[in-house]
Amino acid sequence: MLEIIVVAFLAVGIFFMVVGAVGLLRFPDFYTRLHATGKCDTLGEVLIIVGLLLYHLFHYSETPLVCVKLLFLILFIFITNPTATYALMRSAYKTGVKPWKLGDERQ
Amino acid sequence: MRGKGFGILVTFCMMFLFWLLLSGIFDVLHLTAGLVCSAIVALISHDMIIKGDEEKILSKSFKLAIYIPWELWQIVLANLDVAYRVLHPKMPIDPLIIEFDTTLQSDLALVTLANSITLTPGTITIGITNGRFSVHAIAKEPAEALTVDGTMQQKVADVYMEW
Repeated sequence: MLEIIVVAFLAVGIFFMVVGAVGLLRFPDFYTRLHATGKCDTLGEVLIIVGLLLYHLFHYSETPLVCVKLLFLILFIFITNPTATYALMRSAYKTGVKPWKLGDERQ
Repeated sequence: MRGKGFGILVTFCMMFLFWLLLSGIFDVLHLTAGLVCSAIVALISHDMIIKGDEEKILSKSFKLAIYIPWELWQIVLANLDVAYRVLHPKMPIDPLIIEFDTTLQSDLALVTLANSITLTPGTITIGITNGRFSVHAIAKEPAEALTVDGTMQQKVADVYMEW
């Protein structure tokens, strides 16, 4: 039962990471690509870590502090990922990367 | 003066808890090292975490604890939204850049709103200049959801008690 839940978390996490990668390839310009990677990576990574956390909690319960460290990882991903996305967005905007409009060529 | 002592104490407790959780070694040497380091960090940087008004800290943390699950749900929605747009054969995107003003004042509130916008469906913050947000939206509907309805601004204002 536990294995099924863990595998489900890992699978959904990997699904979102793959969607992020596909979006990176399919979307037409820098800004829209950041939409795909910035969002999907956050949830994908967090779901994968939650899966690992559950697995560790039940199979290696003599070292519960590892779970705490994984929780800290989740927290930091939630703070740093949008911030990094924002930094990329802002520097692209400031240096004049043109946003793609409907009907334009792919960049 | 009371405010400063309180700030140092809270920072010290947070730092030492962090030390205990990350080191996981509970002998005298490591505990002493942790105590000393936490004390030094607390003395130097207590005003970075706790600023002045200590009465509001508890209720703010409580409100933040309510805000976070809502934000998590928004993140799931955002990912499904992006997944739909990525995997749809016709790629239903129509990007535009919108600007709107906010009434929020403190840096922490602005950062929370900016990160929340980035994590919620279809929008990414580009920049904040003097309380004016520039946001890149991937299509019309998420842009309108942000500007017309303003739920998120209201929620962030609630958490940091700025009306």
